[in-house]
Amino acid sequence: MLTSASARQSVFDVVQSGTSSYLQAKRLNTMKFGVVIFPGSNCDHDTYHVISKVIGQPVDFIWHKQEDVDRFDAIILPGGFSYGDYLRTGAIARFSPVMRAVTEFAQAGGLVLGICNGFQILCEAGLLPGVLLRNRDLKFICEHVNVRVEQTNTAFTNGYAPGQVLSLPVAHGDGNYFCDDATLAELEAENRIIFRYCDAAGNATDAANPNGSLHNIAGICNRERNVLGLMPHPERASESVLGCKDGRAMFLSMAESLREMIKLRA
Amino acid sequence: MLAKVYVTLKNGVLDPQGKAIHHAAETIGYQGIADVRQGKYFEVKLDSTLDESTARAQVEKFAHDVLSNPVIEDYKVEIV
Repeated sequence: MLTSASARQSVFDVVQSGTSSYLQAKRLNTMKFGVVIFPGSNCDHDTYHVISKVIGQPVDFIWHKQEDVDRFDAIILPGGFSYGDYLRTGAIARFSPVMRAVTEFAQAGGLVLGICNGFQILCEAGLLPGVLLRNRDLKFICEHVNVRVEQTNTAFTNGYAPGQVLSLPVAHGDGNYFCDDATLAELEAENRIIFRYCDAAGNATDAANPNGSLHNIAGICNRERNVLGLMPHPERASESVLGCKDGRAMFLSMAESLREMIKLRA
Repeated sequence: MLAKVYVTLKNGVLDPQGKAIHHAAETIGYQGIADVRQGKYFEVKLDSTLDESTARAQVEKFAHDVLSNPVIEDYKVEIV
């Protein structure tokens, strides 16, 4: 567990100080990605494919009943409909054995990326603030949207340019980000809104907001900046053959960040 | 013993489903329906060995931790 004082450090500070329990616990010099599979996940294989074949890094699946994720350096919660979205999106997945382990992993400084349903699970688990409500117009949205990169000082976005406009697919019925006013002010003040829906010119207008999210939020990170959740699907936009590879830099950023972390602990 | 748990959206949280239902009611011609808010209702059967105060405490915790998301929802527990 990080102390409250060190909780304010960014993941880079933690890397530079080299004192986190996460770094101390790791011995190996190769990075390992893990992709969690819940019953009802449906983007797990896409994500695995991008990590293994597109960016060429070691990756394993993690079954939801697994109680130990110590051998991984980065964990991705993929998109889908875990447990059929029963009760609330992500609500049942939150109580699965693997999420206890992922929570400890995140609190120790490990990188955790939640995509779509993965974002919803991270919110339910309390690893990210707020909640994803039903889309404003009640429709399931499946289309490419423009997303502006708001912050590049995270382990997930350091390969992008500040303000860069990405074209990424969304596919969700519950992507309407909501939190209380105090949390929203905190997210803004601490530069934790990482992606915003925008038009092609990069303006975060209401017309460019597909689902009614507060402040056009498409993705946020935690205070320590090692946990990121977003509704768009970077794994579906990482190869030219699929028409767009704007999402690829997210996985490359993670790999580069892990490389730096591993160098420091060697 | 049975617990009835009502989970409702907090005031101020947008409820597009409730709005759609309200709109449908108006379209059909119902008069005087000012607003509709959608919520959830759970029936939780309790072990008969529990006394009422223990049962209530259990269900209150269950409603808070699992059945509702405190960010957006309130809950009410009735033991019958």
